[in-house]
Amino acid sequence: MALLQISEPGQSTAPHQHRLAAGIDLGTTNSLIATVRSGVADTLPDEHGRHLLPSVVRYRKDADPVVGDAALDAAADDPLNTIASVKRLMGRGLADVARLADHLPYEFAAGDSGMPRLRTAAGERSPVEVSADILRLLRQRAEAALGGELTGVVITVPAYFDDAQRQATKDAGRVAGLNVLRLLNEPTAAAVAYGLDHEAEGVFAIYDLGGGTFDISILRLNRGVFEVLATGGDSALGGDDMDHAIAEWMLREAGIRSGIDARLLRRLKRDARAAKQGLTDRERVEVTTTRPDGSVWKGTLTRELLNQMVDPLIERTLSATRRALKDAGLKPADIKDVVMVGGSTRMPRVREQVAGYFGRAPLADIDPDKVVAIGAAIQADILAGNKPDSDMLLLDVIPLSLGLEVMGGMVERIIPRNATIPTARAQEFTTFKDGQTAMAIHVVQGERDLVSDCRSLARFELRGIPPMVAGAARIRVAFQVDADGLLSVAAREQATGIEAHVEVKPSYGLTDSEIERMLRESIEHASDDVAARMLREQQVEADRVLEAVQAALTADGDRHLNAAERAAIDAGLTALRSARAGNDPAAIKRAITAVDDATREFAARRMDASVQAVLAGHRLEEFSK
Amino acid sequence: MQAVPGRNYFELFGLPESFDVDVVELAGRYRELQRRFHPDRFAAASESDRRRSVQMTAEINAAYQALRDPVARGRYLLELRGVAMHADTDTRMEPAFLMQQMELREALAETRAVADRGARLARLQRQVEELMEQKVAALRRHLAAGGGDGNAAARNAVREMQFLQKLTREIEELE
Repeated sequence: MALLQISEPGQSTAPHQHRLAAGIDLGTTNSLIATVRSGVADTLPDEHGRHLLPSVVRYRKDADPVVGDAALDAAADDPLNTIASVKRLMGRGLADVARLADHLPYEFAAGDSGMPRLRTAAGERSPVEVSADILRLLRQRAEAALGGELTGVVITVPAYFDDAQRQATKDAGRVAGLNVLRLLNEPTAAAVAYGLDHEAEGVFAIYDLGGGTFDISILRLNRGVFEVLATGGDSALGGDDMDHAIAEWMLREAGIRSGIDARLLRRLKRDARAAKQGLTDRERVEVTTTRPDGSVWKGTLTRELLNQMVDPLIERTLSATRRALKDAGLKPADIKDVVMVGGSTRMPRVREQVAGYFGRAPLADIDPDKVVAIGAAIQADILAGNKPDSDMLLLDVIPLSLGLEVMGGMVERIIPRNATIPTARAQEFTTFKDGQTAMAIHVVQGERDLVSDCRSLARFELRGIPPMVAGAARIRVAFQVDADGLLSVAAREQATGIEAHVEVKPSYGLTDSEIERMLRESIEHASDDVAARMLREQQVEADRVLEAVQAALTADGDRHLNAAERAAIDAGLTALRSARAGNDPAAIKRAITAVDDATREFAARRMDASVQAVLAGHRLEEFSK
Repeated sequence: MQAVPGRNYFELFGLPESFDVDVVELAGRYRELQRRFHPDRFAAASESDRRRSVQMTAEINAAYQALRDPVARGRYLLELRGVAMHADTDTRMEPAFLMQQMELREALAETRAVADRGARLARLQRQVEELMEQKVAALRRHLAAGGGDGNAAARNAVREMQFLQKLTREIEELE
C-alpha cells in the first residue's frame, strides 16, 4: 500500500533503485522516445542518429513489418501497404474512416468488433496493431540504449482525444508489451519540458501544430500545479494539409488532370513537404515533378505564395485558439507565454501569425519536434518512482462532455467538458414501462444534444430489475473518469442492488481477449517464451505489492488495525510470498487480489487519516502565523 | 445531477459550513489535497490504493466545484439543508425578475444588429454583474436567516442567479 507517499512527505522509505522509464510521443507524422539520464531528459536516436521515427509502417507478405524511414522511403512505391498517419484512425469507427477516406489511399475492411481494419500484404491490421508496431520499435530502441527492460512509459495524446481514442492508445501500448503508467496530454508534456512548473504562476498557451493535428491548450500554473483551463483544436488539421495544398497547386500548375493515383499523390506530397521545409529559411524554391506521361514540370514556389496557401489553415488554428481562450474566460493579453510544439511551428509564417495574435514572440528554444517526448520522459521518471521528493502534479480536464441517451434520442449530460479529472458523477433514471426488467444504457461523448451527433462509446444492459410499475425503479448510473481520461460506468438498481459495471470499451474497440491474442502473437513472433514472460510480469507485480503493503504496515499498521485485521493481512502476505516463490502466474495473481481485498479497509482508513493530517497541517500553519 | 455521496465538502476542506468562503484559502487547500491524493502519486501502488485515489480525487474535484463559486455554493448549502434545487415541476419565478430578464434578453438580441456591438455588450455585462452582486448579497442574507422562509427565499435567489449565469454565458458567446 503505497499510501506511504501521503503520510509523511519528504521521508522516503526504502532507497530507490533507478527504474528505467521513458516518455513516448506517438505522433501522427513522427514518433519519439525520450528518457531521463543523469537528470537530463533527451530523446533517443536510432543507430543512424535519427531521433524522429516516421510514424509509418509498411507490411510485407511473409516478412516483418518495416517501421520508420525505410517504410517512408517505400511509401511512394507501395502506397497500399504503407500505413501513415494511423493516429487519425485510432479509436475511430468505420463511418468516421469513410469520411476520412478521401485523404487516405488505404483499403478498409470491417473487423469483428466493428473496428476498421486495413488490408495489407501481411493480412488485415487494426490501427491499434499498426500503432503497436511503432511503439514496439521505440521500445527496442530505448531498451537497447538503456541496457534493460522498461518498467513503465508515459504515452502522450492530444488533449481533446475522446475516450475511444485514449483507450485505443493505451491498448496499443499493451499490445506492444509496455506498462503504460499514464496517458499524458501533449500540451501538458510540452509545458513540463519547458519547466513551466517552476514558474510561480501564470497562464500559458500551448500551440501545437503537428503533421496531422492542431491542439491548443490554455494551462494555468500555480505553485507547481498544472490546471488545464481549456482545450480546443482540430483533429484533422496540420502540416499534412499544407503539403496537400501545395501538392494540389503542383497538380494545377503542371496541368496534370489524368493518371492521378495514390502513388503520384504520395510523390507529390513528398515533394511538397520538401518545398515547404525549404522555404523555412529561403524566399523561393524550385519545384520539379514528373508528369504521369513522363514529361518533367518545373516551377517556382515563393514564400509569398506559400503564405497565401497556408494562411487559411493558420486562420483555422487561430479561430480554435480564440474559442479556447473564450472557454477559459481570457483574452490574448492574459497569456504569459506561448509554447510552440510540432514541426509545423518551424514555419516562419506560423510564428509570425501566432506572435501577432498574442502580441508576443512565442517560446521555441526546445526543438518543437522533441518537446512533447521530453516532457513525457520527465513525468515518466517521476511516476516510475525515481524522484520521490518531487511534488509535481498535473491536473487535467476532460475534453468532451459525457452523457447518456434518454428518451427521444436526446443526450442527458452527466459530466460536462472541461471538468477536472479524475471525476465521478451519478444520475438516477427510472423505468418507463410497467414491469420493465431491463434497461439499455448507451454512453455517448460530445457537445451536441442529439445522440446521433455524438460519438457512441458503449452500450450495455442492466438486467434483472424486479417488475415494478413504471417510474418506481431507481437506477443510479455512475460515471467515473480516471487520470488518463478513461471512463468506466456502473449502473445499480437502488432497491434491489442489482448491478452492472463496464470498463467502457468503445463500440468498435478491442476486447481484452483480442489484446491478449495480439500480445501473444507479437511475443511468439519475437520467439520469446510466453509463459516465462507472464510469470515474470506477475512476480514483478507481487514484489511491488509486497513492498508497498509492508511499508504501509510499518508506518501505520499499529494505528489503524486491530489484531484480527492485522492477522488477516499478514496471512495474505504470507500466501503471496509463497505463491511468488512458485511458478504459476495465475496463483500469484489470485494472491495479489486477495491482498488487495484484505487491505482495502486499511487503505481507506489511512486515506482518511491523511486528509486529517493535511488539514491539521493547515491549522498549525495558521496558528503559527 | 448529484455528487458522489460522501463527506460534507466543507469538512473535506476543513472549512466552516458557511456561505462566506475565502476562495484563496479554498484554492490552496484544494491544491494541497490534490497534491497528496492524485493517482499520479499512486502510479506504483496497489490496485485498491489506486482505485481509492481516483475516488478520493474525484470527490475533491466535486467538492471544489461545489464551493468555488457563489451560485454552486448556495445550491450546495441548500442541498445540505434538504432543499432540492432541481425540481423541474416548480418553475415559478418572481414576475418582476422575469420582466427584467425579458428586457435584458431583448437588449442582448438587439446587439446583433447594431454597429457599436462591443460597447453595448460590455454595458449589458456590467448590468448583469451588478444584478449578480445584488443576488449574492440577498442569498447571503436569506441563508443566514434560514428556516422555511429563509431557505425558500435563498432557493429563489439561486434559481435567479442561474438565469443570470446563463445570460452571462450568452453575452460571452457574442463577444
